[in-house]
Amino acid sequence: MTAPVAFAVERWTRASIVSSGAGACIVIVLAVGPLMFSDNAVDKLTTLFVYVILAAMWNALAGYAGLVSVGQQAFFGVGAYFAIRLSVAGFPAYPSLIGGAVGAAIVALPLSCFALKLRGGEFSIGMWVIAEAFHLLVNQDPLVQGETGMSMISLNVFSHAERLAYNYWLSLAAMIGLLGAMFALLRSPFGASVQAIRDDEEAAAALGVNVFAAKRTMFILAAFGCALAGVLWLATSVTFQPKTNFGVQWTAYMILMALVGGLGTFEGPIVGALLFFVVQDQFGEYGVAYMAGLGAVAILFALFVPRGVWGEIEARWGLRLLPVGYMLKLFGRAPPD
Amino acid sequence: MNLLNLLVQGVLLGGYYASLACGLSLMFGVMRIINLAHGDLAILAAFLTFVISDYFDVSPFLALIAVLPIMAAVGWVLQRTILERSLRSGMLVPLLSTFGLSIALQNLMFAQFGADTRNLDVGDLSFSSFDLGGGVIIPQLGLLIFGVALALLGGLSMFLKHTSLGRAIRATAQDPDTAELVGINARAVYAIAAAIAVTTVALAGALLAMRANFDPYSGPMQLIFAFEAVVIGGIGSLWGTLAGGIVLGLTQTCGAQIDPRWFLLSGHLVFLAILGARLVLEWSRARGGLGALLGSRR
Amino acid sequence: MSLLAIDRLDARYGLLQAVRKVTFAMEPGEIVALVGANGAGKSTLLRAIAGAHPLAGGRIAFDGEDVSQTRAYTRVARGIALVPEGRRLFPEMTVEENLQVAMRVGRRGYWTFETVFQLFPFLRERRRAIASNLSGGERQAAAIGRALMTNPRLVLLDEVSLGLAPVAIEGLYRNMKALQQGGATLLLVEQELTRAMSVATRVMCMLEGRIVLDRPAGDVTRQQVIDAYFGLRRAGGHA
Repeated sequence: MTAPVAFAVERWTRASIVSSGAGACIVIVLAVGPLMFSDNAVDKLTTLFVYVILAAMWNALAGYAGLVSVGQQAFFGVGAYFAIRLSVAGFPAYPSLIGGAVGAAIVALPLSCFALKLRGGEFSIGMWVIAEAFHLLVNQDPLVQGETGMSMISLNVFSHAERLAYNYWLSLAAMIGLLGAMFALLRSPFGASVQAIRDDEEAAAALGVNVFAAKRTMFILAAFGCALAGVLWLATSVTFQPKTNFGVQWTAYMILMALVGGLGTFEGPIVGALLFFVVQDQFGEYGVAYMAGLGAVAILFALFVPRGVWGEIEARWGLRLLPVGYMLKLFGRAPPD
Repeated sequence: MNLLNLLVQGVLLGGYYASLACGLSLMFGVMRIINLAHGDLAILAAFLTFVISDYFDVSPFLALIAVLPIMAAVGWVLQRTILERSLRSGMLVPLLSTFGLSIALQNLMFAQFGADTRNLDVGDLSFSSFDLGGGVIIPQLGLLIFGVALALLGGLSMFLKHTSLGRAIRATAQDPDTAELVGINARAVYAIAAAIAVTTVALAGALLAMRANFDPYSGPMQLIFAFEAVVIGGIGSLWGTLAGGIVLGLTQTCGAQIDPRWFLLSGHLVFLAILGARLVLEWSRARGGLGALLGSRR
Repeated sequence: MSLLAIDRLDARYGLLQAVRKVTFAMEPGEIVALVGANGAGKSTLLRAIAGAHPLAGGRIAFDGEDVSQTRAYTRVARGIALVPEGRRLFPEMTVEENLQVAMRVGRRGYWTFETVFQLFPFLRERRRAIASNLSGGERQAAAIGRALMTNPRLVLLDEVSLGLAPVAIEGLYRNMKALQQGGATLLLVEQELTRAMSVATRVMCMLEGRIVLDRPAGDVTRQQVIDAYFGLRRAGGHA
């Protein structure tokens, strides 16, 4: 008989320690951004942060909970709508924005009981119909003036520079907060459940994982995150236009970023958002040809690189920069074949 | 407008929805794929019909003779290139790849045709109607479209039930691996089913273009209508799709009667309500049925 | 030239090797019983021959032609038919439609509706019944009938007695030789050793993916087969 093999379960690898340290440094640098960078850079970074949030939230749904939603714009728009309503009711600008996002998350709660009972394509298009319904319902509000929309006047109490800075910090905080929440969730026992669901839902259920509760948590988190992105977008553009805020192009961007970056990985959405930001910045002016190109990229990645850029890197080099998984380290004799 | 007219409008609209939805229903029934580019393919066919009818200066109906085979080929190619690969890769991939296709198609069409809305000129047919007296008016084009929808669904139904190829498609839909074991080339069957599905949606697209305006971005709305019709009528039944289309058409027409802005919203709400009702039914069935739940003594 | 020639066939499930370097041949007219414990690789071998499972190595030749890489439906056209484990009828189609589907491959021969219903008379009354409403015995008969409708030269039967009442199994085996009326050669996988040996002309036994016994039915005792089944002794044939 062979002697039992000693082992240890570790979470931090050398790579993850280094990159976590690097990440912390980057955050510190970013935090003082408005004081050091140009206005243009601050504005662009704010946009980047919003992209990261969107990508991470779509990844939370599709990559971890296995839910392909083509209707996240429902929350992107409804959060902004609630924010406008709150601000018109007299609340100050930034609290209204946050309140709007929270309001959207509250709406997501009963919605989840309904939506999560749908499977596969039914869920995808069901969410899209819900987004359309929200859009049309919001249009009914005379305040919004149909598709004309309205501005969030309460934001105008701030100077341009102040607004730029506040938006930046709020976006940075939201991004870090949401990524942090994802990180904490994934490292917890809940995280193991979700990753089990991602790998094989039936097997996870057979092991006693409460699949519905796990999906619901991801659903509400994603709703809140997309709503936050929506109010941040409102803060930067100041105007709320239903057609823009409820447009399905947001889902298109989310899908692209998450898919290209790497579904089901933590680092993937960040990579995807960065790539998308760069591409959008460089090629966005080409209009429809650019959008058609995005569609083609989505097809190619879905068919040929479904693990995304980061997923491929992870698979090939076993690299994981952030410690969300477990590693089994074996000491002594290798187990017999 | 009197009630009877309202009903007529709603039912005729439902006929259009049914013709739009039957391709989606077929593709889902056979391959378990929801093609998110379904609506955009209808619009593609509409543009194609427009181009051919314009270039050769013929009626759109004549143009369809060329358009339908072209779209059948498009469906076949679509299956062999994108959908076939997606089939083997789980549930996410088909949704992602067809969504990408949808975006690509819309924007390519915009690049080619611009933002103008168009429609197909069918001459007098657009505004002629039968006056049945008592204020009931039946638009000829609407009636034609309804007739086409019936023929389409009936034809497809008979094809699936009574022909060798139809049986092969049904068998492959139920168990593709075993179908191969009895001599059926499952891949070819899928390609044929896709070709048929795209041909039907092409026809629907041309019909849409005859009765209303369309532009490169009209696709997604058609997809939603088709999907709502399929779900309302019950997934898996062709005649259910007709029923679903009619319910949707009636709901939208009546909703618009109350307030023009409620045309779309009423359809969505009824769709969500029916979906919800179905979920409640399933949930209660798992707990012994509605009777038991409502406390009736057995 | 043998009807079927298997040469060092390998088949895997992921990393698990289910069939290891299996080599044997079959001549027209044989009834070969393939026995072995669960997980020995019998089903996988049959599925590999039919084209339902990919080869990890080796060669399959049917009538002299290499079919190792051809898809299942082509093999059916050549004359190989598998009655799969679990019957696998098309559940929402009638018995008649299940049989009709198999006609599509276009192989003419002895087997038609008439002759299949002669073989299984009780199916005739059930011809319009939906497959999922049939009893186990009826389903098995329908599945065999469906395979026969392709007028095969080689019929692979995978655990046809599984889940059937003893009476039904009885009836099935009484008809086993009748399956050859169209000129078919049979390879049947069977757990019930007695039944298998009652109809077979040759017995093969598999253990852990390998063939450990391959003898004419008359030349081998029941005990020898049982020994090979459990791996107690290599009873001649292949090592």
